[in-house]
Amino acid sequence: MAHTSATTVSPGRSVWDGGVSPMGASYGKLMMWFFLLSDAFTFSALLITYGLVRSAHDAYTGTVEAFTFSPEYWPIPEKVFEAVPFLHGIELPLVFVGIMTFILIMSSVTMVLAVEAGHRMDKKAVEKWMLWTLLGGITFLACQAWEWTHFIVGTDTPTLVKDFVNGAWVTKEVTGASLSINQYGPSDFAGFFFFITGFHGFHVFSGVMFNFLIYYNTFTGVYERRGHYEMVEKVGLYWHFVDLVWVFVFTFFYLV
Amino acid sequence: MSHTQEPQVTVLPPDKEKIKKLWTVAGILGAITALEFLIAFTMPHGTLKTAIFVGMTIVKAAYIVGEFMHLKYEAKVLLWSILIPMVFIVWMLVAFVYEGMKFSEINF
Repeated sequence: MAHTSATTVSPGRSVWDGGVSPMGASYGKLMMWFFLLSDAFTFSALLITYGLVRSAHDAYTGTVEAFTFSPEYWPIPEKVFEAVPFLHGIELPLVFVGIMTFILIMSSVTMVLAVEAGHRMDKKAVEKWMLWTLLGGITFLACQAWEWTHFIVGTDTPTLVKDFVNGAWVTKEVTGASLSINQYGPSDFAGFFFFITGFHGFHVFSGVMFNFLIYYNTFTGVYERRGHYEMVEKVGLYWHFVDLVWVFVFTFFYLV
Repeated sequence: MSHTQEPQVTVLPPDKEKIKKLWTVAGILGAITALEFLIAFTMPHGTLKTAIFVGMTIVKAAYIVGEFMHLKYEAKVLLWSILIPMVFIVWMLVAFVYEGMKFSEINF
């Protein structure tokens, strides 16, 4: 099993000669780790490109109070993300995204509790904690759906944006956002919002699917018959990684 | 021969200490996030603020990877084979953001 010491080899032989697991982890767990490492590179590429494009644009230099949306400079995120469901017209900067962060951290905790229950072969507890994890994941996705809708639809007051239409520059009123034009700032701003939170959201979606599979297999007793709950651990690694990525997205997209 | 024979499973009692530790980590993550909120609205934008946020994010990441993903307790060779490649990300970050600042100096 994964937690036994694997470095006992006969004298004169190396741990890498075969027959033992030098990293003390099963094949599946190792491959999950290396997949996550590669996924970390993908997400870093997205976030770093965001940093590159953002620093290539002019930054807003005035006071936070006097801030208005303009395609001339990169917007301050706390002025863009300030809406909360059912509280239309009230400025609550970053509150909703804070709630989303909290939901994802909580679902990470319930996942690690499911892993702990799996180590003890406690089928009922694994089921319970997997259901909580699923609930957290689905709630997060629902929040993101709302956030995207709000971002696409936009605020009550439009922004004047210069756009190139049929070979001529025209100034038009824009509300909300698409991949080509948006009311918040430079065109790339919305592009990055859709790409980064979208790519992360798709990971959450896949995670919810995997979590459901784990729940289903636990419920039908697959892991109990197998004699161990290592699959909960592997999918748990993926789920924590999704939470980890959100921590970075939260900092670099919403806070900085 | 019985075909309904279920495997004998011994369910161990919950490890109270371990569970308590997990909740402590969750508490720390929550507290750091709350502190980030406080800083977001009390400090002026600038390099110092960004540096503080990056530092706090790395602390949070360390707790998630170390405790939740259990990496701290894995074989050291596994830990380092995950952590050392992160150097490439750090380099990519430094190089690209520097490049981006150069871009803004060019008048297209």
